[in-house]
Amino acid sequence: MAQHKVNYLAEGGAPIALTTVDKIVNFGRSNSLWPMTYGLACCAIEMMASGASRFDFDRFGTIFRASPRQSDVLVIAGTLTKKHAEFLRRLYDQMPDPKWVISMGSCANTGGMFNTYATVQGADRVIPVDIYLPGCAPRPETLQYALMLLQKKIRRNPAGMAQKAKRLV
Amino acid sequence: MQQKNRLKPFFENINFEREDNTMIVNFGPQHPSAHGQLRLVLELQGEEVVKAYPDVGYLHRGMEKMGENMIYNEFLPTTDRMDYIAASSNNYGYALAVEKLIGVQAPRRAEVIRTMLAELNRIISHLFWLATHALDVGAMSVFLYAFREREFAMDLMEDYCGARLTHSAVRIGGVPLDLPKGWITQLEKFMFTLTEQIEIYEGLLTKNRIWRMRLEDVGIVDEKMAKSWGCTGLVLRGAGVKWDLRKEMPYGLYPELDFDIPVSHTNDSYGRYKLHMQEMHESMKILKQLIPMYKESPIELMAISPEYISSSKEEMMTQNYSLMQHFVLVTQGMRPPKGEVYVATESPKGELGFFIVSDGSPYPYRMKLRAPSFWHTGILQDLLPGYQLADVVTIIGNLNIVFGEIDR
Amino acid sequence: MRAYQNKKDVQKKSYYNDRFYVTPQTPKEPIFNDSTYSNDVSSLSKKVEILESYIELGELVVYIKPQDNIEAITHLRDIMAYDMLMELSAIDYIAARGGFEIFYEMLSTSKRKRIRVKTFIKQDQAIESVEPLFRMANWSEREMYDMFGIKSNNHPFLKRILMPDDWEGHPLLKTYPLQGDESAQWYEVDKIFGKEARDIIGPEQRDDAAIERYDTTRFSRLGHEVPFATDIRDGKEPDHTPLAYQEEGGVVIGKSPRLVTKFDENESVVLKERR
Repeated sequence: MAQHKVNYLAEGGAPIALTTVDKIVNFGRSNSLWPMTYGLACCAIEMMASGASRFDFDRFGTIFRASPRQSDVLVIAGTLTKKHAEFLRRLYDQMPDPKWVISMGSCANTGGMFNTYATVQGADRVIPVDIYLPGCAPRPETLQYALMLLQKKIRRNPAGMAQKAKRLV
Repeated sequence: MQQKNRLKPFFENINFEREDNTMIVNFGPQHPSAHGQLRLVLELQGEEVVKAYPDVGYLHRGMEKMGENMIYNEFLPTTDRMDYIAASSNNYGYALAVEKLIGVQAPRRAEVIRTMLAELNRIISHLFWLATHALDVGAMSVFLYAFREREFAMDLMEDYCGARLTHSAVRIGGVPLDLPKGWITQLEKFMFTLTEQIEIYEGLLTKNRIWRMRLEDVGIVDEKMAKSWGCTGLVLRGAGVKWDLRKEMPYGLYPELDFDIPVSHTNDSYGRYKLHMQEMHESMKILKQLIPMYKESPIELMAISPEYISSSKEEMMTQNYSLMQHFVLVTQGMRPPKGEVYVATESPKGELGFFIVSDGSPYPYRMKLRAPSFWHTGILQDLLPGYQLADVVTIIGNLNIVFGEIDR
Repeated sequence: MRAYQNKKDVQKKSYYNDRFYVTPQTPKEPIFNDSTYSNDVSSLSKKVEILESYIELGELVVYIKPQDNIEAITHLRDIMAYDMLMELSAIDYIAARGGFEIFYEMLSTSKRKRIRVKTFIKQDQAIESVEPLFRMANWSEREMYDMFGIKSNNHPFLKRILMPDDWEGHPLLKTYPLQGDESAQWYEVDKIFGKEARDIIGPEQRDDAAIERYDTTRFSRLGHEVPFATDIRDGKEPDHTPLAYQEEGGVVIGKSPRLVTKFDENESVVLKERR
């Protein structure tokens, strides 16, 4: 995980009471998270396997969208290299709010086994990440569990239109 | 909410359309045609590709440099991530290369298990190829069916070594684990299921008018082009050259096994598709021959070479000198002889070669990984001009490229 | 005084070397052991000057001069039937010998033999490109340039292939550290956010053995999650993280039947046999 000099206290942290509108909106959002097909390396194969017949991803309401403009969740599956980091940031910027990021696998979390010159040591150096998913490659069930955790997280937070700035830069 | 960064929108930087009506399209590093990070810059005249420039390197992780900083055993899981669809074939090739360098021969049962893993990985890789290629071309249900068989095969791999995708199931000198109980029964069941299912896939695709129209006469790689570009494996066999390392320059147990090498003389994508399907049958033939060989083999799994390879766990836990030797081999690494070796095996994608330069130290001096997909992507430069944009997707899918190998 | 660091070779070196250990060499046989190879060598030696040749581990290795590389490879391809160039790259011997050793790995499909043609060039020397002979050299020489800085003369498109175009340095040189030099380590931050963000984002975490004090206690709890913006620096984590779903008790529309039933682990069935 990247070490940032950010003041955590500035965001406030008391658990917030959710209104019914919040609950309904969150229910809708969390049950229809549309991921973007962002498979970079080996974890992409496991992501595909989790979307295939045995570990069906469709039952969560997810439909894999190719375009960032139509997706909610960015599942970074695979090694992020320095050549590619720029494009990841562009794609993240192209996604409309509200958006979440799941970093799948060791390479996206922290650079993984590739402690080299060409690997970004963690996707959170470049974009803010919501859920970190360990494994190399993580099982499809783990990815689905991560999605479930993300759903829980979405349901916990108020559904306000303006999202608070996340912890990065 | 947007966070400030220095990236400007692309359309401010590039001229997309030129005076003679060619348009430059970026088939970007992220695209849904499930093949990884290929950036193809295409110059299109209407729908026809005039010039193509494949840009790779978006998955370059520095494996060759890692090889220079890791001991030989430590590097083995890294080779897994090269061709991550058929991970055990990479491990097998690497183990063979180092074993040739140090002059060690793996015992019989280890060779049988390794060949079984290699052929099973070949089936897994071809199923994956079929699934993603069909998905790209448009036959989406084949994706789900092929993945279902693939799950069965990955269950077999998981039963054996614990991992579905990145196996590291092979060690230098043999294999660490024996086949679990009932694995062979499950393997036979898998082959039975797969034979039926391949018929279903072929029934869905082979005589399908749309499939044939999309694949015939698309991506014609003739023999001269294939040899000039260093294409091996199915691209070369699809070009009419009957060249398979398992038959022509055999290694391991392949001299004793009986199988055919399918070759296509039509040079196009449809021919390569048929070759993939036939190769799956041949792999199953090999697996059937390996099962009695396994049953008759003696139980040793790792070669006995105290200078380079640790002894078995039983010996290590009870004998002091074995433990000392194991400790030295794990912390410092084995010191192979000084020299160079190039060993190539037939991976599902083509000829996977390992060129290892050793200077006697535990760390290799140079580790060059010859990945077949590297030049299969290069050939796109010469192959794509003249085809339509829709054919580009077909050709990329058909050439069976995997980016872990290309960029290493 | 800081410790002495060898700048000529920053790759990992073995920390213990037995000074009495004599490194064995791989067996090198003379070429007359194999008839095909001796034929090839004698025919090649009529065309170019062969500095050295031997058979190493079953494969012929031939050393030539760098100026002769095109002639040698043309001869091997056209006359000696080595129809495929499999591999072309370089080995860094700058510290030891002041140059690079370039090797061409060729394969003959008709004779089923491999040959390795090697040549030695000095550090700033360029080598003639074999791209007109084999198209695969187009990409291989680009990779060689990218990784080592070796330029190929008359190459149609000598540009970086694996690293980004504006990368500084040639990664596979022995003087290049595995984790990258300064421009490498800050590359993505500089590119995307600019140099000002270096302080905000902080240096890369390259230490494999770094352990954060609360890692074991935190990750051992399944499903544990610290909500965003919680201050955990001094170990004061909230005891209770709200884990329950909104609908953990099932979604009730009326008392029964429920829209989403509550999940009961004891009712799940583990399959013994694959169906």
